[in-house]
Amino acid sequence: MSGNKSFEIRVHQLARVEGEGGVWVKVKDGKIDYVEVNIFEPPRFFEAFLRGRSYLEAPDLTARICGICPLAYVMAASRAMEKILGIQVPDEINVLRKIAFHGEWIESHVLHFAFLHAPDFLGYPSALDMAREHPDFVKDAMAVRSWGNMAIEILGGRPVHPVGFRVGGLHRKIRKEELEPLSRSFDEIRRKGEKLLRFVLDLPIPEIEYDMVVMSLKGDKEYPILEGAVANNLGWKFPEDELKGNIETEQKIYSNALHYRLRNGRAYITGPIARFNLNYDLISPEVKDILEGAGCKPPLKNTYQSIIARAAETLHSILEIGRLVEEYSEPAQPYIEAPVKAGEAAAVVEAPRGMLYHHYRIDEAGKIVYADIIPPTAQNYAAMEEDILKVGDLILKEPQEKAQQIVETTIRNYDPCISCSVHAIRLKVIRE
Amino acid sequence: MSGEDGKVRLAVFKLSSCSGCQQQILDLGEDLLAVADKVEIAYFLEASSKTSPGPYDVALIEGSVSTPHEAELVKKIREDSRIVVAVGTCATYGGIQALRNWRNFDEVLAQVYPKAEWIKSLEKSSPVSDYIQVDYAVSGCPVNKLQLLSVLKQVLTGRRPYHRRESLCQECKRKGNVCVMVAQGAPCLGPIMTEGCGALCPSYGRGCYGCFGPMIDPKPEALASRFEELGLTKDEIALRLRSVSGWAEPVRRFLMRYERE
Repeated sequence: MSGNKSFEIRVHQLARVEGEGGVWVKVKDGKIDYVEVNIFEPPRFFEAFLRGRSYLEAPDLTARICGICPLAYVMAASRAMEKILGIQVPDEINVLRKIAFHGEWIESHVLHFAFLHAPDFLGYPSALDMAREHPDFVKDAMAVRSWGNMAIEILGGRPVHPVGFRVGGLHRKIRKEELEPLSRSFDEIRRKGEKLLRFVLDLPIPEIEYDMVVMSLKGDKEYPILEGAVANNLGWKFPEDELKGNIETEQKIYSNALHYRLRNGRAYITGPIARFNLNYDLISPEVKDILEGAGCKPPLKNTYQSIIARAAETLHSILEIGRLVEEYSEPAQPYIEAPVKAGEAAAVVEAPRGMLYHHYRIDEAGKIVYADIIPPTAQNYAAMEEDILKVGDLILKEPQEKAQQIVETTIRNYDPCISCSVHAIRLKVIRE
Repeated sequence: MSGEDGKVRLAVFKLSSCSGCQQQILDLGEDLLAVADKVEIAYFLEASSKTSPGPYDVALIEGSVSTPHEAELVKKIREDSRIVVAVGTCATYGGIQALRNWRNFDEVLAQVYPKAEWIKSLEKSSPVSDYIQVDYAVSGCPVNKLQLLSVLKQVLTGRRPYHRRESLCQECKRKGNVCVMVAQGAPCLGPIMTEGCGALCPSYGRGCYGCFGPMIDPKPEALASRFEELGLTKDEIALRLRSVSGWAEPVRRFLMRYERE
C-alpha cells in the first residue's frame, strides 16, 4: 500500500476469540493514527453481587466469570480466602491443585494455539478448514486437549466450572488410583505434545523485534502457576499483595473501560510470553531441548511468537502432570479449615492468559464486604493497542484485506478472553 | 431444510455469559464432525471467521439478555431462525449475573465502575424467553454436552425434543451416592433441582448448589423447612436458593414470598 494513503480497517466482531470485541484502526497519510480495541462484552457486575455472600462461595461464583479458565478463578479466590484465615495448605493438596491447574493450561492453550491461532499463520478461516490439510495436527491437538480436560474432570468432576475444589483444598479425598487414567496415557500424550510444539516451531511466524514490557509471577523453584512474587523485565519484583500499588487503573474520558498500566504509565503484557521470557530457566529441560534444537532461543521478541510460548507451556504442563501424579501421596484430610475471622488479602495466580488478581475483605461472620478482580485480558488491552502501532509497517505494506487479517491476528496473539475482562466494556485510545 | 446441499443451517450466538457453554459445543468435536454432512455451521464466531447471514434452521443461544443491544439482537435471531434453542442456565433462567437483579442497580453500578453513567446495561439480566419465543431450553452451568447433543439430534431429525427433568435426587440415587443431607446434614438443593449434571456435587461429598436450575414442579417451601430443621437461618436459606439459578421463576417466586414473611 502506497505511503500517503488514508484508509480505515474496521473489524466489527472479532472471530476466534472468547467473547465479543471489535477493532478499529485509522490510517492517515500513510501512518496509523488511531487504534481502538472495542469491547462490547456486557459487564456482569461480579464484584457487586459477591458482597454479602459467604467467603466459601467465592471460588464457585467467580469461576463463572470465565468458561475457559474457571479453575484459575477457583484457585485465586481460594488462595485469597486462605490468606485471610491463615490456612496453610499442605503440599499433598497443592499437588492435586497443580495437576488440575496444568490441565486447564493445556485445555486453554491447545484450544487457542491449535484451533484459533494456528489458522492465522497458515491462512485458513477455521480449524475445521485447516483439518483437511493438516489432519494429524488437529487430531493430536484434540487428544492432548481432552487429556488436559480429563485432569480437571478427575479432580473437579467436570472441566467447565468444576465442583471438587474449595477454600482450603478439595471437597473429598482423591485416591491415588483415581489418577491412573492420566499416567496410563501419559507417554502417548507427551509424544503428541512434542509433535504439536515442533509443528508450531515450523509455522511462518513474523521475526520482527520490538520493545515489550512483560510481567508475570516469578517462580522460585518451579515455573510459576499457583503462586510466586510478581516480576517484570524492567527489574521490578514485589509480593502479590502489592500488584495494585504498582499499576494504574484508569477510566478516562476517551475510554469507557477500566484498564491497566504500570505506575510509570507504560503498557505491559501478561500471559504465556511474559511467563516464558521471565521464567525460561524453570521450564522443563525436555521443552528447552526441543526449542533449542529448532534454533529458538529466549527471549521471544514479539507477541506473534506467543504461540510458541503456548505450545512450549503445553508440553511443560503435560510433563508436570506426569511428574506430579507420580509424586502424589494421599493427604491426611482433603481440606484444611480455620475459624472464621474478619480480614483482607489479595492473591495472584497464573491463569492460562496471565496474572489473575483477586482481592477480598470479609467480616467476622465470613461475609464478603469488598471484592476486586483484575483478569489478565483487561491488563493486556493497552499493550494490544500499542502492538498495532508497533507493527504498523507490517500492516501498511499489505493490501487492505491482508492488512485487516494482520490486525486481527495481532489481537489474537493475546488470546484475549473478553468474557474474563469484566471490567472493560469499551476501550479507546487516541494518539496525537 | 434450507442450507447448501440440503444441510441444516446451524448458528451459535453468544449473549451475556462466560463462553463456557460454547466450550461444551466445541467439545462435542468429533460428535459434531459425525453430523457434519447433515449440518452446515453457518454462524459460530468463536470457532470460525467465516460467517453467513440468516435464515438459519436452528439457532443456539448462549447467555442471558442484559444489555439494550442484546434485547434487539434476540429479536433479530428470532426473525432469522426457524427453531431457537436456549442453551445453558444464563439463556434459560438469566444466569449468575441475575444475582444483581435482587439489588439496587445504581448501587451495583457504582460498586464496579467509577463512571457509572458510561455503562450501557439493563437493570436486570433475564432469560431469553422474556424477550422472544424460545422453542426449547436446555439448562446447565455449563450445559451437559451429551444432553445438548441429544436435543440437537432430535431437532435435526424433525422430532419435538425432550429431555428428562426429574429431581437431582433421582440421578444421585441411581449413581449409588450416600445422601449428603441425610448422612452429613449438609444442605443440598438436589430435591428441587433438575438432574443432568451427573449428581456431581453429592458425588464429591457436598450439597448441590443448583447450577442446572429447578426440576419440573419443584417444592422449595418443603426444602426450606427441611433446611430450617437442619439449623439454617432464614437468611442463610435465602442465600442458598438465590444462587446460580435463583432467578428461575419457581425459585424466584418462592424467595419473594419467603423473604417477605
